[in-house]
Amino acid sequence: MSARGRTALPYLYLLPAFLFFVPFVLVPFVHTVGLSFYDWDGLTAAAFTGFDNYREAFDSALVRSAFGHALGLVFFFGVLPVLLALPLAVSSARARIPGGNALRTLIFLPQAIPVVVVGVSWGWILALDGPLNAGLRALGLEWAAVDWLGSFTWALPSLGLVGTWTLLGLCVTLFFAGLQQIPGSLYDAAAVDGAGRWREFFAVTLPGLKGPITVALSVTVIAALRAFDLVFVTTRGGPGTETVVPGILIYRRAFEDGRLGSAAAIAVILSIVVFAVTFLINRISERNA
Amino acid sequence: MTVAHTTVTRSAAILISFAVITVLPIFGIVLLSLQPEQAQLSGFELPDRLHFENYARAFAVAHFASYLQSSLIVSVAVVVGTVIVSTLSGYAFGTMRFAGEKVLFYLLLAGLVIPFEAVIVPLYVELRAGRLTNSYWSVILPLIAINSSFGTFWMRAYFRQVPRQLLEAATLDGAGSLRILWKVLLPGARPALLTLVVLVFMWSWNEFLLPLVMLSREDLRTAPLGLAFFSSRYTTDRVGMAAAAVMVALPVVVLFMATHRRFVHGMWVGALKS
Repeated sequence: MSARGRTALPYLYLLPAFLFFVPFVLVPFVHTVGLSFYDWDGLTAAAFTGFDNYREAFDSALVRSAFGHALGLVFFFGVLPVLLALPLAVSSARARIPGGNALRTLIFLPQAIPVVVVGVSWGWILALDGPLNAGLRALGLEWAAVDWLGSFTWALPSLGLVGTWTLLGLCVTLFFAGLQQIPGSLYDAAAVDGAGRWREFFAVTLPGLKGPITVALSVTVIAALRAFDLVFVTTRGGPGTETVVPGILIYRRAFEDGRLGSAAAIAVILSIVVFAVTFLINRISERNA
Repeated sequence: MTVAHTTVTRSAAILISFAVITVLPIFGIVLLSLQPEQAQLSGFELPDRLHFENYARAFAVAHFASYLQSSLIVSVAVVVGTVIVSTLSGYAFGTMRFAGEKVLFYLLLAGLVIPFEAVIVPLYVELRAGRLTNSYWSVILPLIAINSSFGTFWMRAYFRQVPRQLLEAATLDGAGSLRILWKVLLPGARPALLTLVVLVFMWSWNEFLLPLVMLSREDLRTAPLGLAFFSSRYTTDRVGMAAAAVMVALPVVVLFMATHRRFVHGMWVGALKS
């Protein structure tokens, strides 16, 4: 083989991947950024409008509330599952429960189910005449039975808790795997030092789980910011605009209202938020090394 | 030892209650799917008998045979495409040294953090101009593209941990790079490839936004898309909806159950990407 052929070889192997990646991800992403500076209905000529789409987005109460709702979902999709999964993984790892693996697999199961299936299923469970309210009535809590997804107060937290249900198992699995990597000698040393259970947790377990916690938060927080499927098949943003999230706004403006430039601007803002949050989570975790 | 014993009991109780909370809604939907047609129930009630005919009805009358077929075509094509391009690129990144290696790798890795919402608008406009919307290609090609980011990352990690002596010995024997890949590396890569196949299949099967935007023809609809339309159109047929939901989830749930150990490991390593 000639020297020239040898140097070209790696690029030949990369070519197929880039033949897909460049036209279907990279170029459209650059176009989204470009499009965000135009006013375009998708059919007639586009007009350059500078930062107007961004100005409109920042001034719009609807856009601001959409990002606010996404932030609320971050709590339910990310923070809550991590807080629940930590004691769950730690206690089940040290107790060596018979059948523990099978139980953890069950808790992980919702992660494998298509989000659309999760959405229509919970739509039934949370309906006014659904099983959740039937259970509440059976317990004599008639007053607590509401139309969960149709309520201005409860729609967003309800969707959030569906997210908690979906993502808890992922966090438990990640933490449980992480716990197996912590050397037992660290626990022995802590025991020799006379550390109690809490000190042991903060001195050995928590630092040892830094990697898995970082991964769990990155994955779940991105899932919260990008929530679309679940909202689309359950509330479509309602009641009113109580559960409108950025993904729903992008879809509506681009494919229902014919405001492609505005949709692109929101998409760019969403991307920046996702990049920033991913960077921040990983940065904080490195700093605490 | 009574202290340790209560700890185990309490931990087990906590774990079991979370498992029950997780499984209860799934159990409820499966139970609902076996009720008599048009049953309007509000609780978890046992049906008089198991009405499997709901599945036949959803399969034939509600077009789920066609939706499932579309999903299968799309998912299999995406898996085949992603595995091929990711194996080739992962091989280059994992075993070869070349100029621009880092830049190209991180460029491809950006696909892991770019939200799909941020490419969907121009993607639709461009595929419409190329008359590709309303064809399986409009879903398959972008999914291969976005999944090849993870696929490359995943296969590169595999190829990197192959002992260098193995590669050097094969090179000394005069084997070309493609031959080394095929004869020396791929036979040992089967566990890594299987994980990639399972993950990409699930991601493709579950994808919603892309087919929602690209496919308006009913005969092309994928299973999640068909379910979303079905549940919004037949709001009173909850039994039918439940049967359809179970059918849409079943292929990926079975796949998950059959491979979950490997899958969970894949999630773990794969999640480290971001």
